[in-house]
Amino acid sequence: MADIMTPALGESVTEATVAKWSKKAGDAVRKDEILVELETDKVSLEVASPSDGVLSEIAAEEGATVEPGAILGRVTEGAAAAAAPKANGGAKAEAPKAEAPKAEAKPEPKPEPAPAPAAKPAAEPVLAPSAQRVAAENKLDPASIAGTGKDGRVTKGDALAALEARAKAPAPAPTPSAPRAIHEREERVKMTRLRQTIARRLKEAQNAAAMLTTFNEVDMSGVMDLRNQYKDVFEKKHGVKLGFMSFFVKAVVHALKQVPEVNAEIDGTDLIYKNHYDISVAVGTERGLVTPVVRDSDLLTLAGIEKEIGALGRKARDGQLALEDLQGGTFTISNGGVYGSLMSTPILNAPQSGILGMHKIQERPMVVGGQIVVRPMMYLALSYDHRVVDGQGAVTFLVHVKEAIEDPQRLLLDV
Amino acid sequence: MADTPSYDVVIIGGGPGGYNAAIRAGQLGLKVACVDKGIDGGATLGGTCLNVGCMPSKALLHASELFEMAAKDFAGLGIDVAPKLNLKQMMAQKAESVGALTKGIEFLFKKNKVDWVRGSGAIAGAGKVEVTAADGSKTTLEAKDIVIATGSEPSPLPGVTVDQKQIVDSTGALALEAVPKRLVVIGAGIIGLELGSVWRRLGAEVTVVEFLDRITPGMDAEMAKTFQRSLTKQGMVFKLGAKVTGATTSKKGVSLTFEPVAGGAAETLECDVVLLAIGRRPFTESLGLESVGITPDKRGFIETDHRKTSAAGVWAIGDVTHGPMLAHKAEDEAVACIETIAGKAGHVNYGVIPSVIYTYPEVAWVGKTEEELKAEGRAYKAGKFPFTANSRAKINHETEGFVKILADAATDEVLGAHLIGPSVSEMVGEYCVAMEFRAASEDVARTCHPHPTRSEALRQAAMGVEGWTMQA
Repeated sequence: MADIMTPALGESVTEATVAKWSKKAGDAVRKDEILVELETDKVSLEVASPSDGVLSEIAAEEGATVEPGAILGRVTEGAAAAAAPKANGGAKAEAPKAEAPKAEAKPEPKPEPAPAPAAKPAAEPVLAPSAQRVAAENKLDPASIAGTGKDGRVTKGDALAALEARAKAPAPAPTPSAPRAIHEREERVKMTRLRQTIARRLKEAQNAAAMLTTFNEVDMSGVMDLRNQYKDVFEKKHGVKLGFMSFFVKAVVHALKQVPEVNAEIDGTDLIYKNHYDISVAVGTERGLVTPVVRDSDLLTLAGIEKEIGALGRKARDGQLALEDLQGGTFTISNGGVYGSLMSTPILNAPQSGILGMHKIQERPMVVGGQIVVRPMMYLALSYDHRVVDGQGAVTFLVHVKEAIEDPQRLLLDV
Repeated sequence: MADTPSYDVVIIGGGPGGYNAAIRAGQLGLKVACVDKGIDGGATLGGTCLNVGCMPSKALLHASELFEMAAKDFAGLGIDVAPKLNLKQMMAQKAESVGALTKGIEFLFKKNKVDWVRGSGAIAGAGKVEVTAADGSKTTLEAKDIVIATGSEPSPLPGVTVDQKQIVDSTGALALEAVPKRLVVIGAGIIGLELGSVWRRLGAEVTVVEFLDRITPGMDAEMAKTFQRSLTKQGMVFKLGAKVTGATTSKKGVSLTFEPVAGGAAETLECDVVLLAIGRRPFTESLGLESVGITPDKRGFIETDHRKTSAAGVWAIGDVTHGPMLAHKAEDEAVACIETIAGKAGHVNYGVIPSVIYTYPEVAWVGKTEEELKAEGRAYKAGKFPFTANSRAKINHETEGFVKILADAATDEVLGAHLIGPSVSEMVGEYCVAMEFRAASEDVARTCHPHPTRSEALRQAAMGVEGWTMQA
């Protein structure tokens, strides 16, 4: 008998949600075969079987919350699949039970026990008239009130106690606590932990920072010409395509050096200036937006940056990002242009003080030297925390980015 | 062998505890015998309650109430009559009703295959009950379980010897041959005040002498005060805090002497009849308890734990055990006891046993009094509603009394209901149900009640607990 344990989840991550079991109780499993997928605030991770045998017990059902070290299930070594008790084999059809992980080791299941009768769905709770009134007026879920009256009926005292307990509980997330009724053409889906984290952090950033956005536009001709000229030889030499992203990373690093407060963060009543340039690059995945970090971007070549972004993007799409891939960015670049966005106001990636929004390249008539010419243009947006960065600094930063992209030679000369 | 019939359960006593236990045992398919000698050598079941207690007293209370009403209230309703008492007929109708009820129990025994074994039962060692018949012959019954349900008898008072003619107990007071001119009742409890009321209505001058400085101990003090005022207005005289020291009888009547409990000069009352009604004591003598190692406490009660005595297979219910000496308490215990014997989950909720005084006005209550709640230090709220504000009471010219509901200050759970007024004995059951279900006062307040009825007062009083009485 081997326990399937919840692994360490990384720094500052205390719990995970059981996302999906790929095996059910009674299935034969091989050592190191992936059995269950967990989701944390930041990443999802997979847990493999500790040994060959049969998955004899699932202790934490899908949807359950587990802590590092908690037992997810058990594998009975050497047992044959057919002889294994289908402990929870039929449970899949039922609503997922939010079962707490069992901390203590359970006695080994005997070979023949009949499965414990599945808990009957609780009968409709019976509420005293007064308890009905209390529940209705306060939007208490009748099913959530423990009844102490005759045969488990809910008395007014029970309803009042439930109300008091709710009042004492920490203020719930700004979502209504009582789920609203679902209409025929609606569908209710639980937010993934990642989605919940995104939602919470975006809102935290909005609430904390004095956020505003400044805009500029950039003529992409220079970068596009350079790229067209060298893309084949670049790819041949470095094994990676030359994209625009690497230019923007370099331009941002260049601008951050000129306007260091954009690379700073607030800590209480202090400012922390960062003399390293770790650029978070927003990547859209099926699960949601993640921002892996290109570390020490100032030290990387364009090819190095392209390789790093490529690798991180693949990891993100495959759900393979590790926690350390996501932590410690000092500035973020978000490219809404890949989806066709012409203009947007990005939200800060707290505790950072700046985020650059790239957009769609569009040919527009521009006046150059008194002549109307067609140029590939991109709008740029810089959202920044006005508590840290003044308007002048923000505009200067964005102008530096614009100039470096329009004339990449500036990057070479560092001017 | 034929002389030792064998039963699953043998019940000693055929009162409300015993006969209900026997019926329930029969229902559950147990082979059951009920041993009872009948009252006064008569061949009737039903114990004190049916023969010389609740039933005959209610027969006389009902008849005497109508007699007084006819004399005092009918004219006001537009009915001119001059009622004349026919005591012989009043006693006869009482005997007829009681007879019918006791026969009814015999019928229920037959229906549920209960053997009624006539005679006095006593335990004769584990699993054996010896029955002594009226003619002295003895039979032994074997039983897997024995239930003691022998009830209680009037408590005696030294210096006051009951002769059932001039000095009577409750039994004698139900069968006086003439209305005494002057009746002195010793004891201002339920029995004394009910029987005192009967004879006062029929013409007696009634004085009640009570040791305590209040009437009806156990009743909520506010209700007791209201009740005493009402009885006094009707002509009943109270001597409270008075200790009876002796009674002497002569051809002229009885001389009763008493002295103030607090100290002071003794008084003597001359009267025709003295009713001794200072309470009842458990009947646990000559029951062979020692043969199974049961020793009653100093006052004669048998200690029980969920109806179980200290002896295996011996159970006790009703007045022989602690708790209120009430037929319905014995009945509840009977059912629970037999169900436990039959392997079921017998249960008695001792917090919801109502009490009633069937006087005019009636007083009925269930649960805690204000005094008890204060002593417990429990925070409570009270709601009151007077019958003067109840339309039905008003229409009937019966506006005396009020309803008081006590509920927990936090949870609003009903903790006590106290009712005084005509017909409240029939109304208190609503609050028994409410309390059994641990209802809040608001539950009653939000329950529709028929209009116009006296029961609306129950709802209005419940509203009063949270301050929204609408009709007063």
